[in-house]
Amino acid sequence: MNWHAMRAIYLFEMARTRRTLLQSVISPVISTSLYFVVFGAAIGSRIDEIEGISYGAFIVPGLIMLSLLTQSVANASFGIYFPKFTGTIYELLSAPVSYIEIAAAYVGAAASKSIILGLIILATAGLFVPLQVAHPVWMLLFLVLTAVTFSLFGFIIGIWADNFEKLQLVPLLIITPLTFLGGSFYSINMLPPVWQTITLFNPVVYLVSGFRWSFYDAADVGVGISLAMTLLFLAVFLAVVAWIFKTGYRLKS
Amino acid sequence: MQTILSVSELSKTYDSRFQALKRINLDIRRGEIFALLGPNGAGKTTLISIICGIVKASEGSVRVDGHDIVADYRAARAMIGLVPQELTTDAFESVWATVSFSRGLFGKPANPAHIEKVLRDLSLWEKKDNKIITLSGGMKRRLLIAKALSHEPEILFLDEPTAGVDVNLRRDMWQLVRSLQASGVTIILTTHYIDEAEEMADRIGVISKGELILVDDKAELMRKLGKKQMTLQLQTPLPLLPPALAAYQLELASDGNELIYTFDAQGERTGIVALLEDLNDAGIVFKDLHTTQSSLEDIFVSLMKEAK
Repeated sequence: MNWHAMRAIYLFEMARTRRTLLQSVISPVISTSLYFVVFGAAIGSRIDEIEGISYGAFIVPGLIMLSLLTQSVANASFGIYFPKFTGTIYELLSAPVSYIEIAAAYVGAAASKSIILGLIILATAGLFVPLQVAHPVWMLLFLVLTAVTFSLFGFIIGIWADNFEKLQLVPLLIITPLTFLGGSFYSINMLPPVWQTITLFNPVVYLVSGFRWSFYDAADVGVGISLAMTLLFLAVFLAVVAWIFKTGYRLKS
Repeated sequence: MQTILSVSELSKTYDSRFQALKRINLDIRRGEIFALLGPNGAGKTTLISIICGIVKASEGSVRVDGHDIVADYRAARAMIGLVPQELTTDAFESVWATVSFSRGLFGKPANPAHIEKVLRDLSLWEKKDNKIITLSGGMKRRLLIAKALSHEPEILFLDEPTAGVDVNLRRDMWQLVRSLQASGVTIILTTHYIDEAEEMADRIGVISKGELILVDDKAELMRKLGKKQMTLQLQTPLPLLPPALAAYQLELASDGNELIYTFDAQGERTGIVALLEDLNDAGIVFKDLHTTQSSLEDIFVSLMKEAK
């Protein structure tokens, strides 16, 4: 293993976060805080408890998941797309570093940023609503697994994209709508039966549900199913990344 | 001299079916400066890109100091530094950070003393904390060289190193390349500037339409393909060449006012003395003479014409 290379890529990516602190950390924290103010304090006070949890507290796992998914995809896709855009990818391709090491470093950095961000949002949420974490180990497991999985997804998007529009396409048109419709702000039990069935086709439901279970011991679907689905996504994205590296898709002519 | 890089039967056909390289065979000697000449689209950058691992070969193999670039890519690539043609740099990192990053990427532990030496050698030390975006074009070019040298490579590829740089910087660059060679680095450069190859290279390869049409020592190339000419300015214009001078294959120019004699400067006998005696015998008087030698550029142009 070329540990020096992995370390170099990881630190390079993390340094970019430090340089763009406002955009990378402060901006998502502020926007999430606004959700707490609007949905938690203003509207949430007029909504009944859901499964015995105040509405403000109920949406915390979903909001963290929303940021986690979008930031993981954004960080990882930008991390690998930008060298392609500027042409500095030549250095990565000519270095004595394997594709696995490249992916591990980029995905590791993107996931690290998302996890840090998730924890900051969690801490911020504690300022607005009373929080409890019933299963802290599971909470961390879901946090890490989801961040890694969707950073892998972002890495794939970054390699696939050949312009900035495509880079934004999947996060804006797929990730965000699926997250909003995936039970971030409501329990799917609140939906009419038909929509409950349709919602089960939304993969984000399983992520949010599992994550919420780790907080409040209450879930829309069984925690085992949530974990299995998360691992399934991880396996699928790993398989796609392996294929990209095997074929050199959009990396080598 | 020992071979450090060996290219064997290398071909590349892109998905568009454009054949960029056709069965290239090339050995690079350890410690030499090898210049690869060729017009735009000849395949120079494709060849370098395959050796460095950026482009996949369609056929053939490349070995770097005995290491296959595919099967043993780590050992092969660790020996190579690449300075690309385009000024492809990050924008917001500092000079120090980006050069240190390159060293780590190539698997070397941090070595601030080496990075400092490289930056000082390239006159970038004063700019080490500056963001790359603030550097001039010439500085960015030097920064790319610094990045390529950060991991102490044994082979350095310079793809058009002086494209778009001013005369002074070109001279500085040539000086740097010579000092790198003196420190034991093997240098392979592509260039459009023939005088650059003439000035620096030990050997020259000419590539055209994906084929390596010639590889030779520079001096040998100039000797074999170079011409030396002596021009005699005549006292009185000559309407026709006398038959007695036919053996010299003279050329009558400037409406009969000049006689041009082409000869092999490296030959044991240039024939100049005999020619002057025969001119005297024929009563042809000249008032002045001068000699010229063809440059590498002349040779290159004539090779390109032949290749067409």
